[in-house]
Formats: sequence, structure tokens, C-alpha cells
Amino acid sequence: MLDFPRWKKIWLWGLILLTSLAALPSVVSLAGARWPQSLPDPSINLGLDLAGGSHILLEADGRQVATQRLETMEESVRTAMRQADPAIRIGDVSTQGGRLSFMVDSASDVDRARELLLPLVNGNGLRREWTLSVVDETRFVLVPTKEGIDAALNQAMDSAKDVIDRRINAIGTLEPTIIRQGDTRIVVQAPGQQDPEALKALIGQTAKLEFKLVDQNALPSDVQAGIAPAGSEIFPYVEGAPGTGQNIAVRRLGGIKGDSLVNAQATVNPETNENVVTIQFDQQGAAKFARLTTENVNRPFAIILDNKVLSAPNINEPIRGGTAQISGSFTAESANQLAIALRSGALPVDLKVIEERTVGPDLGADSIRAGMVAMGIGTGLVLLIMLVTYGRFGFYADVALVLNVLMILGIMAMMNTTLTLPGIAGFVLTIGAAVDANVLINERIREERRRGRKVVQSVEMGYKEASRAIFDANITNVIAAVLLFLFGQGPVKGFAVVLVIGVVTSVFTAVTITRMWVAGWLRRARPTDLHV
Amino acid sequence: MKLLKLVPDNTNINFLKWRVPFYVVSIFLIIASWGLVATKGLNLGVDFVGGQMIRVTFVGQPEAPVASMRDEIQELGYGEPIIQRFGAPNEASIRMKLPEGSEEQPDLANTMANRITKAIQAAHPEARIDGVDSVSGKVSGELFQTGLLSLALAMLGISIYIWVRFEWQFGVGALFALIHDVSLTMGLFALTQMEFDLNIVAAILTIIGYSLNDTIVIYDRIRENMKKYRRMPLPELLNLSVNETLARTVMTSLTLLIALIPLLFLGPSSLFGLTAAITMGIFVGTYSSTYMAAPLLIWFGVKSDSFVPSDEGPNQAERIARGEG
Repeated sequence: MLDFPRWKKIWLWGLILLTSLAALPSVVSLAGARWPQSLPDPSINLGLDLAGGSHILLEADGRQVATQRLETMEESVRTAMRQADPAIRIGDVSTQGGRLSFMVDSASDVDRARELLLPLVNGNGLRREWTLSVVDETRFVLVPTKEGIDAALNQAMDSAKDVIDRRINAIGTLEPTIIRQGDTRIVVQAPGQQDPEALKALIGQTAKLEFKLVDQNALPSDVQAGIAPAGSEIFPYVEGAPGTGQNIAVRRLGGIKGDSLVNAQATVNPETNENVVTIQFDQQGAAKFARLTTENVNRPFAIILDNKVLSAPNINEPIRGGTAQISGSFTAESANQLAIALRSGALPVDLKVIEERTVGPDLGADSIRAGMVAMGIGTGLVLLIMLVTYGRFGFYADVALVLNVLMILGIMAMMNTTLTLPGIAGFVLTIGAAVDANVLINERIREERRRGRKVVQSVEMGYKEASRAIFDANITNVIAAVLLFLFGQGPVKGFAVVLVIGVVTSVFTAVTITRMWVAGWLRRARPTDLHV
Repeated sequence: MKLLKLVPDNTNINFLKWRVPFYVVSIFLIIASWGLVATKGLNLGVDFVGGQMIRVTFVGQPEAPVASMRDEIQELGYGEPIIQRFGAPNEASIRMKLPEGSEEQPDLANTMANRITKAIQAAHPEARIDGVDSVSGKVSGELFQTGLLSLALAMLGISIYIWVRFEWQFGVGALFALIHDVSLTMGLFALTQMEFDLNIVAAILTIIGYSLNDTIVIYDRIRENMKKYRRMPLPELLNLSVNETLARTVMTSLTLLIALIPLLFLGPSSLFGLTAAITMGIFVGTYSSTYMAAPLLIWFGVKSDSFVPSDEGPNQAERIARGEG
């Protein structure tokens, strides 16, 4: 029990040295000093509640992705039928009830139509994304499969994550963490972010830009009442635009989407002195845009952002260069934000903020200071009481405790975990619990001495008998902490991490390390009596 | 050097003598806590009911203008805010619950938080927004469920572990002690109306872990003594075990309190609830492991030979026949 071979001592001291070294940068930076930049810096991450920053949880509406898929399919079907040779005439198109259905005018076209539809329906060939059936001889029904919808949602979320990544990177010097969570959620953590509102405005903007022709035949009274004529849809003007509070009817099909953009810049129109966003289409988009504007000179077209109309200017002449200006009562800031959002691409799905936690940087700094002071005092008192209660054995326990704190910091730094405010509480608790192991051992040694055992035997028995209780007690703590980690959210997880690491290291330092020291002392001093 | 001894050697307190009155008190306290939770209810934080919690410091002001903030927020039409002092006199926390029927508007909590912070900053340019937590109804519901689930699972998992390591009676005894600790902590929160949020769930799980630490140390000693003193009557044996571990119990509870009390009074105000819950848990946890977990074993009928090594044959009847049962 008290035998420590040389290799074991070397191994234990090596481990102590290594973790303490790893803790050094964290200790320096938590104490408020600066760790030299030239040295490697494995220092501990501070959670948003300590460093200040924003945590934002965004959620997408899965139904929206399903609807969009139906609309895209409708466009593809119409295009395919129109481009067939000879063209297949279809009618009674409907996307009601989550399925696409249409009728072929002539029953003789059914087989040809099916041939054209098959490649659309089978997607990439790995899975069936739609089921295709023909009912009542001429009616085609396309029903999306669950796998198809799930795959589309998954893809949409992945690309939404990329888009957010690009947008946040465009505003500068943050080190954001952007992670997908579950099927429909994305977590954004931006440490040190001073203005969470701007961040949310940027992330939350879908930036779906569309150019659609204004339906000039619609009755103004119907439009204001929100009744769309056949083939058209109604959009409201964006707040602050000249037509605020009014609706406008636009042609549902035949417009251009902003997803073929190659660039977007906030500029000022020299003639009107207005803030505008200048966009640049890619080759294909430019050609489409040229065709749309050529065919519709002197008609108005609406510029629609996220289902709200920014403006509806007249097309004065064909626009062939692939460059267009978007006007719509921007400030310099909002024009810049829109430009960033457009450059980084539209979000494939709307995201709503369902949880936000922001901590100002000053409060974070105050919390660290208060937490550190309280921890320092608490630790100091614990060290003192151990010393006056157990003498030499208390001193060993104290050194082990300090090592334990260093080891926790070192391991957290190496594992790249994050220290949160509740984590500090976890730390304090670990300090309290770490001495428990030594209390158990020392009390047991006292007891064995009282029963008249010899010095070495008492120490051996003390460690041996106490170890069982220490083991059982700590396992239950690990069970509680693991559950806390699995089911806890946010800062609670941070608490659990500190707790688990603390339990493991405290058993190691309180039992193994002190035993090594006690054994060394017994061998050297050969005491005949113990002051425990 | 004279060393400090908190518990004199050979202490012999008859803990079990008073077990019936203590049970009556404990059961009364548990029922009273449940009653408090049922009638007064827990003051659930935004983590669990949705809404927002905004912390504001009025830089350079002696005091936070609570009354005028209340008017400014009420004008927005979201209802009555709960405004409280928070730390220094010029710091305040504003809490708003979500209005009824807001489950279908996932971003309502966020919109509300935006408008409230804007209104405050417009009326008080010196206001510094220190923190905003806004939680939608959907997320808060999930947080509440996972919070309850983790509590229940922790209690169950730990009891099963003890059952496996000891005997079923010990598992039930520990579970009882845990229910006692959790109930009383909840009762305290219902009584004081301190905010009950995610951090408090973490605190309760910690209490569970700590209280169990204590219980296990005592149980371990009971098991050891059962092997050692095979013919000692159970009440006497339990008393001996609790007394033998008393020095450790007192010392550990004391060091934990010493570590926690500075955090309670000097630590960041946002940690007050968490620390208060853990501090309270140390008292109830120590009490429950000393006065409940061990004496309960008598009622559950632990046999003094439960831990006798089975090498003398598993057949109980045979042992009884030999006059050992």
C-alpha cells in the first residue's frame, strides 16, 4: 500500500508537472495579467457569461422548406412541359395539401409527360424524393416523400449555416461559433460582441431578393383588400418605403431571383443622393435580367426583399450590363447590411430567434473579479482549517488541493472546454469535496491509532478503508454530473464539465498523490507517533 | 502542535433514540414543502416560462429609476414588468413573462426584448444594458422538461447504483433521503420566491450528489460494521456507525460551507441563487444522511447478516439451522 516504486513516482510527478504547466497561461490571464504572445497559449476559454457576448438560438420552420420545394417543382414541371416538342399543354395546377397535381390536356400526352417527369422525380437517384402517380387518366399527382423532405431540410440547414458563417465573417474580428443543433436549429455564439442587435439583424435577414413584374390589371381595391388576381400574388411595402401601408400585386411567375448574384455593394446614387445597393448578376442572371427588362420596357417591376416590396420602379430602358441598383429608403448602415446579406447569399429558409442570451462585457469582467475574490477567500479558509485540524497530513492535503485546482485548469485548457459562471461555483464545490477524501482518510487514521495500531499500519489501514467510501461517493457524483451534462443546457453544461473533471482529479490528488508523500515521509522520518 | 478536533474522540450520541420524532418532523417538512410549492408556486425564471430578463446598470446614477422604467415598459403594452434591484442600487433587473397564447410566435420573446431595451435606452441614455436573456415559449417548455427529466434520472440512477453496490434497502433509504433534500430545497424556493431557473436545477443536482456522498460514507461504515459485529443489534450498530463517521461529516460540511459562504456574499450577484441553494442543501443533506438514511434501514428490515460473505453456503435455512440466523 505504501510502496511507491521509482517509475511510479516519476510518472506521477510528470503528470503533475504537465498539467500544472498547461494551467499556467490560464492562471496568468485569470489573474488579470497578460500571457506573452510569443509563447503558445493553451489558456482556458471563458464562457459568454464571463467574457461578454451573445448566444443566439435560431429555428427554421420545416413547413416552409416543404412549400418551397413544391413551388420549385411546379416551375420545373411547367418548364419541362413547355420545352417538350411539341409542347404539352397542362392545366388545373394545384399545390394544395402538400402535393403538386395538374392535368394534361390530352390523354395521348400522358406517356410523354411521364417520360419527362421521371428525371425530375428521382432526384439524384440515391433515394426517391417524390412519388408520381396518374389518376383519372390525365391527372398527375406528385407527392414528396418523407426522405425527400428531410433531405431538403437538412440541406437547407447546412447551407443556412454557411450563409450565417459568411455574414458574420463579413463584419469583422469575431471568433464566432456556429453549430447546427437538432433538425431545425442553429446556435450562434459570438464572444465579445458589443451590439447584439446588429448581429441579430444581420443573421435574421433572409435576404431573399426577387424581381417580379407588377400586375397592372389588378383592381386597386382588390389589391388593398389583399385579394390576388389569378396568377398574381400580393406583397406589402416594407416599412419606411414611399408606399408604406399599401399592398402591391405582382405576377407570380416569370420573375428573377437574386440567387444569381456575384456581388453587392452599398453605394450612393449621385443623382438622387440616395443610399442604394448596387448588385451584379452572373452571366446567366444578367442574360435573364436583360431579357426581362427588354420585354417589359415602360412597365413597373417590383423589387421584393423577404416578401416585402422595397420599391417598384418603371423599367425605363433594357438593362443589359448585368448591374442593377436597388433603391428603397436605406440609411448608409442598412444599405451596408443588405449588401453583406446579399453578398453572402440568401438564407434558404427563414430563421427566427427563439432564444437569446447576451452579457455585456463589463458585467462579465465584474463577475470574474467577484468570483475570483470569493474563490480565493474560500480556498484560503479551507486550506487553513485543514492545516489546523490535521497538521502535517493537512499540509499534504492542502498542497494536493492546490495541485488539484491547477490540474482542473490545465485539463480544461487542454480539452479546450469553456469556463462559465456556474463553472466557478462548480470549482468551489470541487474544492470543498476534494478535501472530503482527505478528511475521510485522516479521520480513519486517527481512528486506527485510537484503536492502538502502529503508525505505519494505521496509515495503511486509513488509506485502504477510506478508499472504498471515496470511490462509491465519487461515482455517484459522476453519475449526477454526467446527467447534468447530457440533459443540461448552456451554462449548466459548463458546471457539469468542471464537476466531472474535478471529481477525477480530486480523487487522484487527494488519494494517490498524498499517499506518495505520506509514504516518503514515513520512510524518511520513521515516526513513532502521529500528530493527526 | 495541538491539533483541532471538532468532534471529541469516542463521541457516542444516541441518534436513533430520537428517530421517531425526527421522522415526524421530516415528513412534516416534506409535506409542508410540497404544500408551499402547490399553493405559492415556484417563481419560475424566463428559462422555464419564456419571456425576457434584462439587466441594466444606470452608469453614474445613484439609483435605478424603477418607477419611470415601469411606466415606459407598460406603455409598450406587453403587460406588467417585474422590476427588481439587482446587486448595486443603480442596477436593476427587468423580467417580463410571455403573454398568453404566444406559443405560435417563436420570435415574440425576442421582439419584446428588442423593444424594451430600445425604450429604456431612449428614455435613459445613461443606461447600460448588461445582459439580455430572451427565451421563447417553445424553448422554455423544452428546458423545463429536460430539467425535470435530468433531476428524476439522477435520483433514479444513483439509487440503482447504491442498490447494486449495497442492498436494495440502502437504495430505497438513499432515495428517501434524496426526496427529502430536493423537496426541502424546492420548499425554500417557494417560500422565499427566489427565482427558480436552470442554475437552480444544477444546484439541486449538486445537492443530490453531495447528500449522497454523506449517505454513502455512513452506509459504507454500516456495511463494514455488519461484517465486523455480526451479533450486534441493528439499532446499536447504526448508532455506532453514525458516531464513527460523525467527525468526518462535521468536518466536510464545515469546509464546504467555508468555501461557499464567501461566494454567497462576495460572489457575482447572478450566482446568488445557485450558491444559496447549494448552501441550504448542505444543511438538509447532512441532516438527512444522519437522521434519515441510516435509521430508515431498520424499517426496511436490513438483516445483520446481509453482508456476510457467502462462502459458508448460500442457503439461508441451513445457517438458521446452525443457529447463526
